[in-house]
Amino acid sequence: MINNSPIIVTESLTKRFGEITAVNQLTLSVQRGEVFGLLGPNGAGKTTTVRMLAALLIPSGGTAQVAGFEIGEDDQDIRRKIGLLPESPGLYDSLSAEQNLAFFGSMYGVENIAEQIQKYLELLGLWNRRYEPVGTFSKGMRQKLAIARALLHEPEVLFLDEPTSGLDPQASKLVREFIEDLRGEGRTIILTTHNLEEADRLCDRVAVISGHLLALDAPGELRRKIFGRKVVFHLQEANQALVGTLEKFPFVSEVQAVDNKILAAVENPEEQNPELIRALVNGGAELQFVGELRRRLEDVYLELMGAVEDNNHGKN
Amino acid sequence: MERIKAIIIKEWREVFKNKFVLFTVSFLPLMITILPLFVLYFAGGSDDFASISAADLPPQFEQLCGDVIGGDCMLYYIVTQFILLFMMVPVIIPMTIASYSIVGEKTTRTLEPLLATPVTTVEILVGKGLAGVIPAVLTTWIGYLVYAAGAYLMVSNTAVVSKLFDPLWMMAIFLVGPLLSLMGVSIAVMISSRVNDPRVAEQISGIFVLPVVGLFIGQMTGMILVNETFILWLAAALLVLDIVLFYFAVQVFQRETILSRWK
Ligand SMILES: Nc1ncnc2c1ncn2[C@@H]1O[C@H](COP(=O)(O)OP(=O)(O)O)[C@@H](O)[C@H]1O
Ligand SMILES: [Mg+2]
Repeated sequence: MINNSPIIVTESLTKRFGEITAVNQLTLSVQRGEVFGLLGPNGAGKTTTVRMLAALLIPSGGTAQVAGFEIGEDDQDIRRKIGLLPESPGLYDSLSAEQNLAFFGSMYGVENIAEQIQKYLELLGLWNRRYEPVGTFSKGMRQKLAIARALLHEPEVLFLDEPTSGLDPQASKLVREFIEDLRGEGRTIILTTHNLEEADRLCDRVAVISGHLLALDAPGELRRKIFGRKVVFHLQEANQALVGTLEKFPFVSEVQAVDNKILAAVENPEEQNPELIRALVNGGAELQFVGELRRRLEDVYLELMGAVEDNNHGKN
Repeated sequence: MERIKAIIIKEWREVFKNKFVLFTVSFLPLMITILPLFVLYFAGGSDDFASISAADLPPQFEQLCGDVIGGDCMLYYIVTQFILLFMMVPVIIPMTIASYSIVGEKTTRTLEPLLATPVTTVEILVGKGLAGVIPAVLTTWIGYLVYAAGAYLMVSNTAVVSKLFDPLWMMAIFLVGPLLSLMGVSIAVMISSRVNDPRVAEQISGIFVLPVVGLFIGQMTGMILVNETFILWLAAALLVLDIVLFYFAVQVFQRETILSRWK
């Protein structure tokens, strides 16, 4: 699904509000068909970035192209190509679900509007409630309706600003599953979140931002780059001699024994583990099983944020 | 055009659910129609009016009334005063609707998804403006017709009644009325772009609009000679003013500022 033609390219994209620099020199590119995560704590500039890319805010500096159009120049073209789920759903409470969608459909000039409304209301499980005023809807239902609105005109790029924040676990799950379904359709999705599990599960690549770009890669790669890959050897009994055996290998680092396990950072476990296992067995180890220590994206994130904090303290 | 139509219909669905708006739009014209009818009913039957002679009236009245003299001139004066009240309807109604519809979109956060669509600023403002102007103009006309019909039934002097239907008043109601309502709506749009409370928007708009209306009313009530030519000049001046005001309303409606001022 993902091919190598970028659909979004930003170059030193910057936004200042008076004294505050909300987005600082952001340079990145998003591939067509990719689910791209913008991950960062509150106030990291995620919403501001999305608003600039959606041609709602004018950048203070830098440039960006979305779907082949330049922001600040071809804003109307960009608005036609993208769909936006804003931070708060922003629906007309006294209008029914159907009237809300019909209104936005006519703003986008959707031609087969009735079919599109039916398609997305059915997909999101709101078809039976279509005549009810949105004011009576639960938070989860509103969010789903706002997602339907963002998709009505079949945009090439879909921006989802914190799609699951504030929803109960069940509603979050539904929304997440819906996003997973959307991936299959080749649409590019930009998703902001401060939920790491969500980023890990849904995104092909994640940009960790806090004003500026801290890291950008696939979730698995981020883990590996920051922590390396750790292999765990479960033994009948771990001892220092066995630790010493592993430390001799040049591609092994940070070997330590914990209880009856030995942990080691290995550069390329697929190729190098057999050799290590042989050495351990020859050294008299009773090997029970071998696994990889899975780091959570959260650890990566905390590590990155820790670095930001240290930096800030350094400056003060 | 499709977008403007959709905005107007959406506006009506939304804004008329608001009790305050509904009250203003229905109660104000009703009052302004019913109240003068009562006054006419009692004044028309009163002997005091019959005994008024031309000498009792200020000199401007002669100019105002022409052939109609004495008590009937007084009666006509009252009748015209009330018609002038009608000119408040086309100003206040669209101001109320526009204030609620623009500030409302800010407070419910619907402005962001709306501005994310390819709709243009002019389309938004024309749609919202017409959503206020159309009901305002219609209620003004209906109110006027009801009032004129009532006056016809209650005032026996046909000279007085026929003055209600003379071209002067027709032009005031059917030409100046709509132009005044465009003025009200443009000013309300400008104010609403800058404040976050619909009542404040309405009050500030009122402060700007009412002196202008007062000025016109003052001129029309005999300070100067009101004739067809004057009304036409007035209409032309209002038309220019409306175009200028709408231009400024579009300039003031800065998408970015409106969106990011509201946090
Ligand atoms: N309209 C605005 N006016 C002033 N400051 C703003 C505005 N919008 C955002 N900011 C500031 O910019 C920073 C980034 O905000 P935002 O993009 O909303 O972050 P996030 O979505 O990651 O939580 C914050 O410090 C926020 O206070
Ligand atoms: Mg945000």
